[in-house]
Amino acid sequence: MCAANKKYDEKMLKDYKDMWLIRKFEDKIYQLYSEGVLPGTIHASTGQEAVAVGICKQLRKDDLMFTNHRGHGHTLMKGAEAKRMFAELLGKETGYCKGLGGSMHVADTENGVLGANGVVGSGMPLAVGAALSLVYNGRREDNDKVCVVFFGDGASGAGVFHECMNMASNWNLPLIFVCENNLYGMSTPIKEQGSIENIADRAAGYNMEGVTIDGNDLELVKETAARLIQKAREGGGPSLLECKTYRYNGHSRGDKPYGIYRTKEEVDYWKTEKDPILRYEKVLGLSDEEIKEIKKETDAIIDEAVKFAMESDALSPEDVLQYVFA
Amino acid sequence: MRTITYLQAVREAMEEEMERDEKVFVIGLDVGTGLTFGVTTGMIDKFGKERVIDTPIAELSVAGVATGAALNGLRPVMEVMLQDFITLCMEQITNQASKARLMTGGQLKAPVVFRAPGGWFGSFAAQHSQSLEAWFAHIPGLKVIAPSTPAEAKALLKAAIRDDNPVAFFEHKKLFGRTGEVSEYGEDYVIEIGKADIKREGTDVSIITYSNMIWEAMDAAEELAKEGISCEVLDLRTISPMDREAICETVKKTGKVVVAEEGVETGGVGAEVTAIIADEVYAYLDAPVKRVACPMIPIPFNPDLERFVVPNKDNIIDAVREVING
Repeated sequence: MCAANKKYDEKMLKDYKDMWLIRKFEDKIYQLYSEGVLPGTIHASTGQEAVAVGICKQLRKDDLMFTNHRGHGHTLMKGAEAKRMFAELLGKETGYCKGLGGSMHVADTENGVLGANGVVGSGMPLAVGAALSLVYNGRREDNDKVCVVFFGDGASGAGVFHECMNMASNWNLPLIFVCENNLYGMSTPIKEQGSIENIADRAAGYNMEGVTIDGNDLELVKETAARLIQKAREGGGPSLLECKTYRYNGHSRGDKPYGIYRTKEEVDYWKTEKDPILRYEKVLGLSDEEIKEIKKETDAIIDEAVKFAMESDALSPEDVLQYVFA
Repeated sequence: MRTITYLQAVREAMEEEMERDEKVFVIGLDVGTGLTFGVTTGMIDKFGKERVIDTPIAELSVAGVATGAALNGLRPVMEVMLQDFITLCMEQITNQASKARLMTGGQLKAPVVFRAPGGWFGSFAAQHSQSLEAWFAHIPGLKVIAPSTPAEAKALLKAAIRDDNPVAFFEHKKLFGRTGEVSEYGEDYVIEIGKADIKREGTDVSIITYSNMIWEAMDAAEELAKEGISCEVLDLRTISPMDREAICETVKKTGKVVVAEEGVETGGVGAEVTAIIADEVYAYLDAPVKRVACPMIPIPFNPDLERFVVPNKDNIIDAVREVING
């Protein structure tokens, strides 16, 4: 590789690799599900990788994060290990939650991930509470941590979205609301769920900054997230960041990518014209050979992680009781 | 020992715990003035608005804010104005606070107390008079307390605040003005959660109940004593986890049981007590268990009709005679 022609630094290359890590992680889950190895349901974030990479990697390890049912990418990018993620998704004791939480509930407190939610919108009140705990009773003098909460466009119709923006703004909390607008709440187009074009416009009603961006443009996501996080860190209060993006799979394992509420043409358009990985490849100017090598490296990471999960044991029934009460 | 009201006892429990532990705070509607019943009145002068936090009227999100703050290490006591309004909080209590421990494989705990006065008060009508303890007893991971005396209210609320798990703490509006002997301020008297208490010793029949219905039972026992019927009154105090041992002990002693509650009969607390008896001490019964509870009717506004629907000592007396006479 000729250094003089390089359009990127090592951090950017790592971001590119991380997008592949998420994509291959999600693809592997679908494969394991189809093989009957992975129980339960799946909500994959394939296609939305730039949001996870662009936002979570701007956070420090001690910053707090709440994610939603489509949160594997967020949690990986906040610092979780793929092997313990897979172990959780396969219900093993070596998983982050001992196999008691599964795909929708991966928490990794060591990395500030205080949980993922299976109830749409419900992470927001928890995030307001966690952000409140960061400023509670003079605590801001000792820390400059922030909290980030992820939710989808569907959650913007929930009462908690509005209640929480109201409180976060009124209390000037160090909290960033991140709406991953993938244009559909399950099968219902966002246009049929509200009368506004941009969800971030809602922020104005709560005296909060709202920003709508192309969530598949990694550099733009990084830059915007960095600014809003810094603002919250410095006492500038909460903000609402809307990242417009697209999921390639169905809402869950239960629906196909297209045919019922989306057309093949629409899905193909996003995959070819708007794909965050393809776009970033161009930004970086990677060669086919380099791309091939990165994909191979990522496959090896995923394979090793799955091997770890498969070889792990499940918690025994008599041990479950000890996790009901603290 | 001093004589204070139940309301003062509840306030003292919070004040003592807030003095003992800076992480304890109060949050809810109008807690600054304590306008509703006066429970929190004056606390803001002692602890400031940083620790006595007024919120918008957004019960669901506030329940989540309290839970989220607890997940990050604080010990919130949320006041819900009336037990009827805690229905708005059910998602956060049921899906978030009560499940956080297990879902995260023990990584998180949610030491949050939800305080809510329930019960009839005199023509407060259908949306201000309910006793919904049974709903909460049906949630694993949550403890449910409903004390009947000032001393127990104080000692059990202190225990609830110190508990590392979410606790629903139900006062009764009729009890707020009741007086009783309570240890001196700062004496730090705490009662273990999950232990019932015999409020009156007896040999012929056991009346098992809790909260304000204890006093109806005590009056009934007094009257029945004049007829030579000796009633034992068992105060459950904690609805979940229920003190199965105490229930079985009193049944073994008397062989006859009346279970009384102010909530509705179907799926009620009494149904659970009766089922425990059937499971564990059926052979000791000399007569079928009799339940006294609210019929499946929303509480009417009209004072006479309300008195007809809400159970009282006369219903308990009738039930006792029925189990005695067969």
